[in-house]
Amino acid sequence: MNRVAVIDYGRCNLDSIARAVEECGGTPRLARAPADLDAVDRVILPGVGSFRDAMERLSERRLDDALTERVMHGRLPFLGICLGMQLLASVGTEGGESPGLGWIAGRVRRLAPADGSERVPHVGWNEVLPRGDAPLFLGIAPATDFYFVHSFHMQCAAEDCVTARTPYCGGFISSVARGSVFGVQFHPEKSLRPGFTLLRNFLAI
Amino acid sequence: MLKVRVMPTLLYNGATLVKGVGFDSWRTVGSALQAIKVYALRQVDELIFLDITRTREGRPPDFELVDDFANECFMPLTVGGGVRSIEDVGRLLQVGADKVALNTAAVEVPGLVEEVAARFGSQCCVVSIDARRTEQGHEVFTRCGRRATGLEPAELARRLEERGAGEVLVGSIERDGTLGGYDLELLRRVSRAVTIPVIASGGAGSAEDMAQAVLEGGASAVAAASLFHFTQSTPLEVKRGMRDRGIPVRLQEVQS
Repeated sequence: MNRVAVIDYGRCNLDSIARAVEECGGTPRLARAPADLDAVDRVILPGVGSFRDAMERLSERRLDDALTERVMHGRLPFLGICLGMQLLASVGTEGGESPGLGWIAGRVRRLAPADGSERVPHVGWNEVLPRGDAPLFLGIAPATDFYFVHSFHMQCAAEDCVTARTPYCGGFISSVARGSVFGVQFHPEKSLRPGFTLLRNFLAI
Repeated sequence: MLKVRVMPTLLYNGATLVKGVGFDSWRTVGSALQAIKVYALRQVDELIFLDITRTREGRPPDFELVDDFANECFMPLTVGGGVRSIEDVGRLLQVGADKVALNTAAVEVPGLVEEVAARFGSQCCVVSIDARRTEQGHEVFTRCGRRATGLEPAELARRLEERGAGEVLVGSIERDGTLGGYDLELLRRVSRAVTIPVIASGGAGSAEDMAQAVLEGGASAVAAASLFHFTQSTPLEVKRGMRDRGIPVRLQEVQS
């Protein structure tokens, strides 16, 4: 069994993530409370919207502490998608500083266009350049396009957590990893075949 | 490099897909579900689905229908038509829309764009602006091109960006369905007025038109309907044509 908890904190399209997980051979189950994290094999944290709002909602449902317990101490494999990756950082800066889950030391900042040709939000298909040994990207050619839609990006304190970058706004971090914790800034569930390969890789970790 | 998206637009009248000329003379072009399945198979960059009769008939979006469509597509889906409230937006996102397009409501419902951006994030808030050329320049029309607003499109786009819109879909009413090329002047005005991505709509007849929308109009993405409904062109073919004109497009997926 590959039971995947998809965290539901009432903000986003969970349908497409659940369907993508099923398509890749996993069994999705929506998790709205700490008890929903029992008896699962891995967890996905999706997310759109604002950093502060998402953290408040996780904390209202006491999911922040439960996730830290299960993932950081219990080594439950974890994948954060889009805002779900950004929440791994120590600090968000949207509308003033606010704390994140803090599993990976870093800050989340607004994308800064290098010139007038770069627009924010960064929307559409762009290349992902993974580090050679990144397990999520097994079987995915370097510079494969994935689908992005975001205005903020994560900056890591330590380079060893960075597993992929994308050439936009000076080159931002598009994937991070620390132990069995993974994050991707793009949407694998909306990235067609390469996205499914990545999700299958996660389900095999 | 960020690729220029080619986005098929599906217009729905409550029963079938339709396509008109100048927001009029609608012709039936087949089943929506069938079209979505074909585009899913072709792995297109992104889809736009607009239910054009909802606002006029005062009905909310058909959430069950969108749910069915979303189940067929693993690519990004923008949904519009009849959206009047933050609850409508929330339900559309819940059933599988990735972004919601606001056209009439962006003008008529004060505070809606701000509310959507604050609750769900700018990235899912697409504002759709339809405009017609006038002697003075361009004027925005709502209600599927029927109601004149007296608003200037670039100015409206700038205001809606300030309120939190994440993208702007700019449609030319008189170019719609003509296959005669986008209104480049309209695109230029809007893309200079905002820093969010601009999606060109209305008039695409070839890869050359799409390249022009990017190079001269400043568009980040190009939408087309008649081109794909009434000619032999496919999104892949026009993307090859755009690539030959130096436009970055996503081709790898369909090559493999």
